[in-house]
Amino acid sequence: MWRALDRVSFGVRAGEILGVLGESGSGKSTLAAALLRLLPANGRITGGEILLEGSDVLRMDAVELRRVRGSGVSIIFQEPSLALHPTIRIGEQVAEVLRAHGASDKRDLGARAREILAKVFLRDVERMFSSYPHQLSGGQQQRALIAQAIACDPALVIADEPTASLDPTTQREILALFESLRDQFGIAFVFITHSPALLAGFADRVLVLYAGKVAELGPAEAVLLSPQHPYTQALLRCVPTVGEGGSGRRRKEPLPIIPGAAPSLAVLSQGCVFEPRCEMRMDTCQVSEPMAALLGDGHEVACLRFPA
Amino acid sequence: MEPVIQVENLVKQYAVRGFVGSADALTAVDSVSFSILRGMTLALVGESGSGKSSVALCVACVERATSGQIWFEGQDAAALGERELRVLRPRVQLVFQDPANSLNPRWTVREIVAEPISVRMRIPRSEREALAARVLERVGLAAEYLGRKPGDLSGGQRQRVAIARALILEPKVLILDEVLSALDCSTQAQIANLLAELQRECGLAYLFITHDLRMAAHLADEIAVMSGGKIVEQGVPDDILRGARQPETLSLLVASGVKRTPTDAVLRR
Repeated sequence: MWRALDRVSFGVRAGEILGVLGESGSGKSTLAAALLRLLPANGRITGGEILLEGSDVLRMDAVELRRVRGSGVSIIFQEPSLALHPTIRIGEQVAEVLRAHGASDKRDLGARAREILAKVFLRDVERMFSSYPHQLSGGQQQRALIAQAIACDPALVIADEPTASLDPTTQREILALFESLRDQFGIAFVFITHSPALLAGFADRVLVLYAGKVAELGPAEAVLLSPQHPYTQALLRCVPTVGEGGSGRRRKEPLPIIPGAAPSLAVLSQGCVFEPRCEMRMDTCQVSEPMAALLGDGHEVACLRFPA
Repeated sequence: MEPVIQVENLVKQYAVRGFVGSADALTAVDSVSFSILRGMTLALVGESGSGKSSVALCVACVERATSGQIWFEGQDAAALGERELRVLRPRVQLVFQDPANSLNPRWTVREIVAEPISVRMRIPRSEREALAARVLERVGLAAEYLGRKPGDLSGGQRQRVAIARALILEPKVLILDEVLSALDCSTQAQIANLLAELQRECGLAYLFITHDLRMAAHLADEIAVMSGGKIVEQGVPDDILRGARQPETLSLLVASGVKRTPTDAVLRR
């Protein structure tokens, strides 16, 4: 049994954007799927609880779960062209979500689907309504998926790398859309990404995931500007520096890298998972496992340099 | 110093067929000119659809240019016939964005890396494999990876294999089409370092295609910004970052997180 996630704890407040930062294999997509109990057949949640407005998602029966998915929490996947049905018009695909949650009046469905599309498209709502996915750009397809996700007024939307396949300008537009949905409707977002640059100026809080464990969690400013976990520090150093006045001095010089590779989940390690790659390792790191230490202002770090 | 590659007034049009059979021409590349010296990098940056990948395909002689000249060490590739192109193509090699799609999943690393030479030259198998092992070592992969398949490798390792395959014919020019975009940022740093090191060692010229102005500024000696098939701004990285004049450049600067973001300081550290 591999442990893709290990004792991950965090909370998301109403109307908050939580950025989950993790590299390949960190467990971030497993986390997204687990929150909605959408894990593949070989994945099991072996412990813990997921409380959604007080009720435990892990204890829900199939009927409750079906109701909660979409109207309590919904999810947006990475590749919009794969998540949309290729031969059904966008308006119908949005209406389908409403129908799955009990709406049945046909004329009313169309009107409500248009209203929902108007929340994500600034113009051309009618054209989007009657378009097929292949007639839309990648950014428009992602907006259509977002429309589906917010159709039943969920409190929380989980977005798993929603902008990874988009070009940078479209990425920024989608982030701006998330912000406006948060401001207008109070929707909270769990925004999963491997790119720290996307979270800067966007997320309220940031959770850094490494090898299935929370390395660091706190206000975005604190985590991104003064990271305390050696992994977060090393990760942010990998991004090339660009001064306002130019970059000439360090051009083509080697960028700092994190030595070694992420650990295999098959091996249960003793001590800190980051220890083999850590520049600040101490003698105790091989034997004791770090627990989250609170540094103040909700900034938690799981590193033995900070006793819990 | 004479440029390794010089492109003059490159135009590439594609025929777009309408419903009634009329063929319209879509101009993907519109009078693009640039040159790259030995050991230097030109970064071509722009949004999706700006024409940068069409430039790559023309320069790699995969697509024929509609008009214009592409000079390789004094030879105009655009004017050459198919047979002469076969001699020229090994000198310009392409590396693509997503190594998961550009490597055959059923082949071993040894077969993938040695394929260009087995297509090109009649040399014994043992020699081919020795060559593959040597080039793989140059991209930082030990010989133990020779027998593995792409599915057993991480994203960064796969991109190293793709680079090894491009290097085995000892090209003069590498066209790097978004080679870092699909990777994690710690892996991006490793591959960026590898590219800089290979360039220093072998004097390779790079055409580095990206939408990440931050990485472009780090790796390139010169940046050209493309929009609507044209180069709208061109200069040394410092000038582009500091004095960008074109809206396209500014929009890329914002999108790459270099300019006008509230937490600009994060990105500057």
